[in-house]
Amino acid sequence: MTVPDAKVPAGDIGEKWTNHKFSMKLVNPNNKRKFEVIVVGTGLAGAAAAATMSELGYKVKVFTFHDSPRRAHSIAAQGGINGAKNYQNDGDSIYRLFYDTVKGGDYRSREANVHRLAEASVDIIDQATAQGVPFAREYGGLLDNRSFGGAQVSRTFYARGQTGQQLLLGAYQALARQIAVGNVELFTRSEMLDLVIKDGEAAGIVTRDLLTGEVQAHSGHAVVLATGGYGNVYYLSTNAMACNVTAAWRAHRKGAYFANPCYTQIHPTCIPASDEFQSKLTLMSESLRNDGRIWVPRDLDENRAASQIAEDERYYYLEEKYPAFGNLVPRDVASRNAKTVVDQGRGVGPLKNGVYLDLTEAIGRDGIETITEKYGNLFDMYERITGENPYERPMRIYPATHYTMGGLWVDYNLMTSIPGCYAIGEANFSDHGANRLGASALMQGLADGYFVLPYTIGDQLAAKLGTDPVSTSDPVFAESIAGIEDESKRWLSNKGTKSVDWYHRELGKLVWDYIGMERDSAGLEKAITEIPTLKSEFEKDVNVPGSGDNLNSSLEKVGRVADFFELAELMARDALAREESCGGHFRTEHQTEEGEAKRDDDNFRHVAAWEWTGPDSTQTRHKEELEFENVALTQRSYK
Amino acid sequence: MSGNPDAKTLDLTLKVWRQEGPDAPGSFQTIPAKDISEDMSFLEMLDIVNENLIADGEVPIEFDHDCREGICGTCNLMIDGRAHGPEKATTTCQLHMRKFETGAEVVIEPWRAKSFPIIKDLVVDRSPLDRIVEAGGYISINTGAAPDANLIPVPKDTSDAAMDAAACIGCGACVAACPNSAAQLFTAAKMQHLNLLPQGQPERWRRSEAMVETMEDFFGSCTNHGECYEACPKEISLDYIAYMNRDYAMSKFKNRKLAGRN
Repeated sequence: MTVPDAKVPAGDIGEKWTNHKFSMKLVNPNNKRKFEVIVVGTGLAGAAAAATMSELGYKVKVFTFHDSPRRAHSIAAQGGINGAKNYQNDGDSIYRLFYDTVKGGDYRSREANVHRLAEASVDIIDQATAQGVPFAREYGGLLDNRSFGGAQVSRTFYARGQTGQQLLLGAYQALARQIAVGNVELFTRSEMLDLVIKDGEAAGIVTRDLLTGEVQAHSGHAVVLATGGYGNVYYLSTNAMACNVTAAWRAHRKGAYFANPCYTQIHPTCIPASDEFQSKLTLMSESLRNDGRIWVPRDLDENRAASQIAEDERYYYLEEKYPAFGNLVPRDVASRNAKTVVDQGRGVGPLKNGVYLDLTEAIGRDGIETITEKYGNLFDMYERITGENPYERPMRIYPATHYTMGGLWVDYNLMTSIPGCYAIGEANFSDHGANRLGASALMQGLADGYFVLPYTIGDQLAAKLGTDPVSTSDPVFAESIAGIEDESKRWLSNKGTKSVDWYHRELGKLVWDYIGMERDSAGLEKAITEIPTLKSEFEKDVNVPGSGDNLNSSLEKVGRVADFFELAELMARDALAREESCGGHFRTEHQTEEGEAKRDDDNFRHVAAWEWTGPDSTQTRHKEELEFENVALTQRSYK
Repeated sequence: MSGNPDAKTLDLTLKVWRQEGPDAPGSFQTIPAKDISEDMSFLEMLDIVNENLIADGEVPIEFDHDCREGICGTCNLMIDGRAHGPEKATTTCQLHMRKFETGAEVVIEPWRAKSFPIIKDLVVDRSPLDRIVEAGGYISINTGAAPDANLIPVPKDTSDAAMDAAACIGCGACVAACPNSAAQLFTAAKMQHLNLLPQGQPERWRRSEAMVETMEDFFGSCTNHGECYEACPKEISLDYIAYMNRDYAMSKFKNRKLAGRN
């Protein structure tokens, strides 16, 4: 089996989506209520899709493992959302946003999807504003914008440092309205543990009620996975504690291809870890790089405080290496250079695991008041976490896993390789290529949820008019439920010696060391042997206390970590097979003389879509060739 | 990776509320927490305590948490009788152990409010907050129907005031801190975010009446103690409660007499 047809419409790039919308089958308004759609996840993509489909008339069941739909991790996005409005009159356009996104993704995304994303970006800003999202405004009452890495125009809309929160609240409120009218049924504290297939099509899902342990079947005409990314495979990341790959992975095990798992994004400005007990890493907004200077001591054995180190003893490595972009090079470049200097032994802080982000000069230039107004809340957060006053000594930062560009393979309709099963938002792979630009994650989640899926799902549903969803008493559901119940029993009776978190941490170290910011074939080969070894130890020795019939966070986590083990191995295989560097995937064997990522467009200008072939066999790598009809492939340079 | 050699450590005695399920009797369990680094967050301290409990063959403490950066509103602990603990404007997950003294006894309880029944240990059910939003905490606009975002100018001060209210993370500390278990601060924040904006005007009176009355179905009454503001990790102003009371009173006239006239 090869990759299914991506169904990219023919025609000029600017007309593909319009033509496609016209050519798709429609479901008439009175018939929409005859269809039941399952949406898993209530972040930006899931909440937006569930609300919009309900507005159209579809019956929607929406699931979240949180206590409320408003908790999803979209809420933590700080910086902003791109929209090609050209309100600043600085030459922005849909085409420019499309172009920047394809280039920023290092030419590994599907052009047609990206152009559609750029088209939708404009509508998202209108939609969110009408919902009451309090975007920042100018004194004249119109919307304000700022610029972001990788772009030369100001197209980023923001709501202080809480843009994700405000956009999620907008989508959540739209969802709440549909719940109130009774067209959306909400299931909280319910985790999807299996995708159920009947006759080759998605028939529904099986969930576990986290409060009672009850395993339940839910059927529908279509299943939409909006379950986020897999950054927590690294254990330490900026993701929330509960973020996981389980829903996507269980779909993968049922036949959905998993695309480009090795494309992960490491964010350059996070607070360094302080100890083994560290549970997550906290992002400091990238906007600090606008005013901060990044440096480490030149001397390897430096032990003096930052203020004691003279100017000529400081190594402003980004400014020296990249005079044109300086401290504002893209995320992947900034991250890799931080790793290089720390690996050289120039790291700062008690564990020598960070670099300085120094705003002393900006404070001197603009005054403490201006800097406080701009970054005061970030400084407060930094002080709360580290106990250090950033007004007196430079902040310490280090890169951390932040976002995953890889995910379930989807066609232009956002349907996975399983008919009737869709993936939207960070859970799919489609729009960011090998590297995501800042302020584009919120845009993609909302584009998929508000403006793409609610149209494209009709094309598949129209053919099912007059059919009922598969009955939940069908043997396919009973079989799945039995499997999930057995799995829980097996973990609970394991009686091992170490906690789930212990194994998750150990797995995270392997993934960070071998499939982190830099990869090489020797390390990846090691990962491919060491991960399964640790996995079999985990399966024998993990200790899951408590029972299966009430709230049990160890039991919730053990299944997620088991899935992370399988994903981690696939990431290593994917990274090994991709004999080039591109975006967030940096193979040390493939770099330019200047140490930059070196693509191999002749051999790797494709999506790698992996097919599950059973737990004991190596997965099969399929290719979807990428055609670039509009954007010329060039070497990115930030010198 | 080994820890920071310069970090101080603390030895604490925790008194933690343990309760098997919603209907089971609960009690305080005394649990030692030793060698806790001052660099840990409060929840990381609990992670360590749980790891030790698991190693000793005991069932770990259940507590709600997720983003651990103070924005998702999931974490919710009463620490020494204070919602989110001793540090002002700080969620439980952002509270760090350097705020505690070695040798201290630390009492950890779930949110205290009849409207938030205990699920297990420190985890409670806060779903009544969602019911208040469902009653009217939204602007009714279908996807695709929005006019251009710059069509309606919004004065910056208005927009900022709406944002101040919208910063609410829905954690429920206001309810937990209130002697009456009232949800005025949460409801006011959710309502005034929308009532202040031009986009929120068409449904203003309907929203005000519905949200307040749904709130009253679940929660106690406000007697102006102001404990909610003291506990609020986002420092939502009490002013919004005054605006809510005004809008609620007005709604009683507007919704009856003037429907369709302004």
